Amino acid sequence: MSPSSSPLHRHFLMLAQALDERLGPAEDYTLWLHAEESDFVRFNHGKVRQPGSVSQRELSLRLIQGKRHASTELSLSGVAAEDLARVDSALARLRERVAQLPEDPLLLWETEGVSSVHLSPEALADGAEMTDAILEEAALDGGVDLVGILASGPIYSGFASSRGQRCWDERRSWLFDWCLYQQGDKAVKSSVGGTGWDRSLLAQRMAEARLALPILSRPARRLEPGRYRAWLTPSALGEVMGLLSWGAFSHRAQEARNTPLLSMLTQGRTMDPRVSLAEDLAGGLQPGFSHDGFARPERVPLIEAGALVGSLVSPRSSLEYSRAHNGASSEESPTSLNMKAGELAAGTELEALGTGLWISNLWYLNYSDRPAGRITGMTRFASCWVESGEVVAPAEVMRFDETVFHLLGEGLVAIGEQQSMMPDAGTYERRATASQRLPGILVDGMRFTL
Amino acid sequence: MPTPFGPISGLRARFLQAAPAVDFCSIRLVEERTEVLSVRNDLVEPVVERVDAGAMITVVDGGGLGYAATSDLSPSGLSAAAARARDWARRTGGSSVMDFSSSIVRAPVGEYRTPVQEAWSQRSLTDKLDLLRAEVAAMAAPGDDRIVERTASLMRVASDSVYLTADGGEVVQELEILAPDAMVIAHAAGVTQRRGTGSRGLTRQGGLEVLGQVGFRGLGGRVREQVLELLAAADCPTGTMDLVLAPDQMMLQIHESIGHPLELDRILGDERNYAGTSFVTLDMFGSYRYGSELLNVTFDPGVQGELAAYGFDDDGSLAQREWLIKDGILLRPLGGASSQARAGMAGVGNSRACSWNRPPIDRMANLNVEAGNLSFAELIGGVERGVYMETNASWSIDDSRNKFQFGCEWARLIEDGKLGAVVRNPNYRGISATFWRNLAGVGDRSTVEVLGTPYCGKGEPNQVIRVGHASPACLFRGIDVFGGHS
Repeated sequence: MSPSSSPLHRHFLMLAQALDERLGPAEDYTLWLHAEESDFVRFNHGKVRQPGSVSQRELSLRLIQGKRHASTELSLSGVAAEDLARVDSALARLRERVAQLPEDPLLLWETEGVSSVHLSPEALADGAEMTDAILEEAALDGGVDLVGILASGPIYSGFASSRGQRCWDERRSWLFDWCLYQQGDKAVKSSVGGTGWDRSLLAQRMAEARLALPILSRPARRLEPGRYRAWLTPSALGEVMGLLSWGAFSHRAQEARNTPLLSMLTQGRTMDPRVSLAEDLAGGLQPGFSHDGFARPERVPLIEAGALVGSLVSPRSSLEYSRAHNGASSEESPTSLNMKAGELAAGTELEALGTGLWISNLWYLNYSDRPAGRITGMTRFASCWVESGEVVAPAEVMRFDETVFHLLGEGLVAIGEQQSMMPDAGTYERRATASQRLPGILVDGMRFTL
Repeated sequence: MPTPFGPISGLRARFLQAAPAVDFCSIRLVEERTEVLSVRNDLVEPVVERVDAGAMITVVDGGGLGYAATSDLSPSGLSAAAARARDWARRTGGSSVMDFSSSIVRAPVGEYRTPVQEAWSQRSLTDKLDLLRAEVAAMAAPGDDRIVERTASLMRVASDSVYLTADGGEVVQELEILAPDAMVIAHAAGVTQRRGTGSRGLTRQGGLEVLGQVGFRGLGGRVREQVLELLAAADCPTGTMDLVLAPDQMMLQIHESIGHPLELDRILGDERNYAGTSFVTLDMFGSYRYGSELLNVTFDPGVQGELAAYGFDDDGSLAQREWLIKDGILLRPLGGASSQARAGMAGVGNSRACSWNRPPIDRMANLNVEAGNLSFAELIGGVERGVYMETNASWSIDDSRNKFQFGCEWARLIEDGKLGAVVRNPNYRGISATFWRNLAGVGDRSTVEVLGTPYCGKGEPNQVIRVGHASPACLFRGIDVFGGHS
């Protein structure tokens, strides 16, 4: 154990040891823990809307008897006696359950895994101190219409098994995801964060956003439905990739022919040869071990030079489809997607766009025909109409309906040379640790319908 | 009274010991027990039970509000949370969007329990898995390899909550929920189609009797037949035509283009960084024509069995039926106590949290379109050329909840007042502000289905919450309809 490990790490190891002692012959267990001590502060109109803190510890215990298994997820109190009692109760319940279940031919878990510890050394300021700084920045120059969420604090992940494997990952981080509104639905969207609190970075990002606001006060341009040349910023492309994460790279979805990349799979269709995508754990923010205890490879190529070359294979899919797994979760969605940068120099995007739509952000994407790779969604925030390389006016929100094969294939003009690292600001149930590292793309003839 | 957290009297004593000396303090304890059983391609998927328990303490002091949530329910755990909540309230009192002392709900008292006819525990695990196996087996077409994936599942949730306020409030609620789900995927000749129940759209409050209410038994065979029909079907036609929506698509239509735009916190700007704003503004209530005279919409958490039935919201406000839209005119927003205080207008009891670790915000509950007077045959009979669509498959709408595009799993042509051929990849698009004015026919009670989904996302930090939508089938004139790309 590392001398700097936290009380929660020691608590987790204590529970694992207790389980080791309680196991019967021919019994195994795996243990997964997610915990966080989070400050969440919500802002609206440059003021505080809802400030609070959440302390949560979620333990997932799986009891394995040969090929039979069942799991229980429970909240931990952090108090040793109380949590031992909860684990005892869960174990007893699982023994009853497992006896009633059939053998699972798709059960696969790590039995020879390597233990690991990853500790983030940075100290983090208190959420209240960050809140004060945000309010001060928002109040400068008479104040701005700021809305957003600050999420900060440590996140812990742990894995243990009856085979002696012990993995621990502990990171402290903050992420302020926010907008400055100018009028109506026109706003500059941004986010700032890191592993150590950095007031100057916050000030810099807020200043940059303020500079971009005046253009949004111009009357919005209404565009007729049709095809337009468009620059998708890394954030906008991130929404496209977020939708593709929903089934495109899942091996199970590919086997079920329920993927938007169906024509790549069955007809050998390709994207533009400049498009390469990979699950890039080395450049992401996730622990290097999975819920099943498997070490996750640093890089899984998915699309190389426009061709579909890989998929995310969970342990269950590996047995079902006789493929080697690559530590993917049961959802088989990318968590650290990386798209290779291109050739369009930073700062020349407007000039390269010429006349068309600068799409700062997209929103609420979904499939309009999943097997055909056709998707729809809306422009949002500071998307603007551009003429001859100059921003003319903000654009009224527009709906696009287009295939990924046009966006990343026949319509692709250029890929930006600069990638943006974008941590997932999601906080459903718990703070997300996923991220994307993407460039922007320039597209010709993108179809807008409403 | 016993609760999962012990007797109320003991809970109250522990809470009062932890509560600081402030203007207002409450504790909301939630224990939610979830079990998911699934069968996929005849194999039982990993069986998972979840017991999620914790408490949120909320403090209002000096006009500021703060919360702290913890899964440590010991006296020291609650005291630490209470102190943290107090510190947040005091630290931000001078910089808050409102004086939160103006929206305190004082000493609410009451209880609500889901009526259950057949408890989840009355059937063995084996029985329940056998039920799923039977439906999944019925999805198979022996000797026909076009069916590539078959799944059925049951999710059961028992959610118990206790809400206490330092000034004597005491609300106990026990919800029992069943979410049956089924889906089959078929593929042939480069075409993939799926047919099922949408995103757990059959979810209701109640016990195993819900299975009978929603027609779960036999579903496997029905979706197999329909997905094979879809494989062979022509694409949905493109053009402006009449559209009849089944209740399992009306659910989504109501949710996205009435429910979300009427949420008062969106109108007040809270959601602009994430879920979005609204095309509805405060001055519209009382006069704005939201839809045709046939449109009548209620907020009704009192509909027993509908998914978001409850007695009190998570701020302690009494939840009761209210008209939101009557004869097409917009009357009332979906806003809880704090939003009502900020907006200066009446709302509803809808300040809800998804669990103990998230604060209440304005949510839909049961949001229903009231029945009209046309039978299903009369709705179809009133269409010269159009499409009838069932079961949501795709949904997308702008951040003001105006420009939308929705897709369904299954559709049939309507020609000269009669249902015709099945067509695949049905989609339609429109604008909320005008779409509901095209409502030309509302089905009678015989067409109403009580539906709901556990998956409504919103809020920062993010929350996914359960909502109910009951609706008749409805007819819309002159809608932009189109098919797929394949």
